[in-house]
Amino acid sequence: MNQENIGRQSEPRQILLEQGQLKLFAKAVQETNPIYFDESAAQAAGHRNILAPPTFGSCLRLLAPSTKLSYESLGIDYKRLLHAQEAYEYFQPMYAGDELVLTAEVTDVYEKKGGALQFIVIATSIFRNEELVQTITGTLVMRQAVSR
Amino acid sequence: MSDQTMNEQGLAPLNFDSIDVGDKLPGLVFGPISRHTLALFCGGSGDHNPIHVDSDFAKESGYDDVFVHGMLPMAILGRLLTNWTRQENIKTFAVRFMSITQIRDEVNASAIVKEKVSAGGENRLILDVETHTQSGTKTLSGTAEICVPDVLVESNK
Repeated sequence: MNQENIGRQSEPRQILLEQGQLKLFAKAVQETNPIYFDESAAQAAGHRNILAPPTFGSCLRLLAPSTKLSYESLGIDYKRLLHAQEAYEYFQPMYAGDELVLTAEVTDVYEKKGGALQFIVIATSIFRNEELVQTITGTLVMRQAVSR
Repeated sequence: MSDQTMNEQGLAPLNFDSIDVGDKLPGLVFGPISRHTLALFCGGSGDHNPIHVDSDFAKESGYDDVFVHGMLPMAILGRLLTNWTRQENIKTFAVRFMSITQIRDEVNASAIVKEKVSAGGENRLILDVETHTQSGTKTLSGTAEICVPDVLVESNK
């Protein structure tokens, strides 16, 4: 991972926000509010379909991975990867059935502890019909291999 | 904070005037987290890193066992927020991952009103949010910004 990655951008990635994916997410987090897994309950609460919960944008980012910003091309290795920070700014709700477009850019790369921890910051924007729905700023950290 | 503004099911709209700095939102406890939950979250979240579900891979990576996706306790914090207010009122939500949540750990999610801001006819609450394990280890720490509409709106259910 190096400074030359700063400014690298993903290609636009299209993804359909699938109802089944939201239902599985809701099951995994033991959601109790039916607007997150039941279409009729969501509509009764004034939503046009099942509502994507606050952290679901990060799931879309993983479900529609970038080719140009692949983990491999960034030098990110699952065995050394940890999550450092995640931050959302919300502009509009996202619903099941939405056709979304994601773009991302590497906005920072830095080290701590003399290079033992390498950080990469990736800013993702989610659009619907060219309108910004939310932004996600994710910071990943690569640690040196754990010695056993 | 009155029961009316702090209904656990999010039935009552928020009343900005009755919320004070230092008020706690109803907490949420999740877990202990099983391997089954991690498998569901692997599929549900799209985070297919094997380190969370494949103990062989985790051991090859230098860990004793699989560990919990950081985004799972963050999702539980999200549930805490949306149990309290309509999701559309959440303007920002950010955390730092302080330490790893281990398999069989509990997620104890909490939030407290840190600041009240009124500007430009808009009322906002700044919340401190965090999760810790059953032994008190802080796992996530962050903030959320909640817009409280002047006109009381229907709540999340």
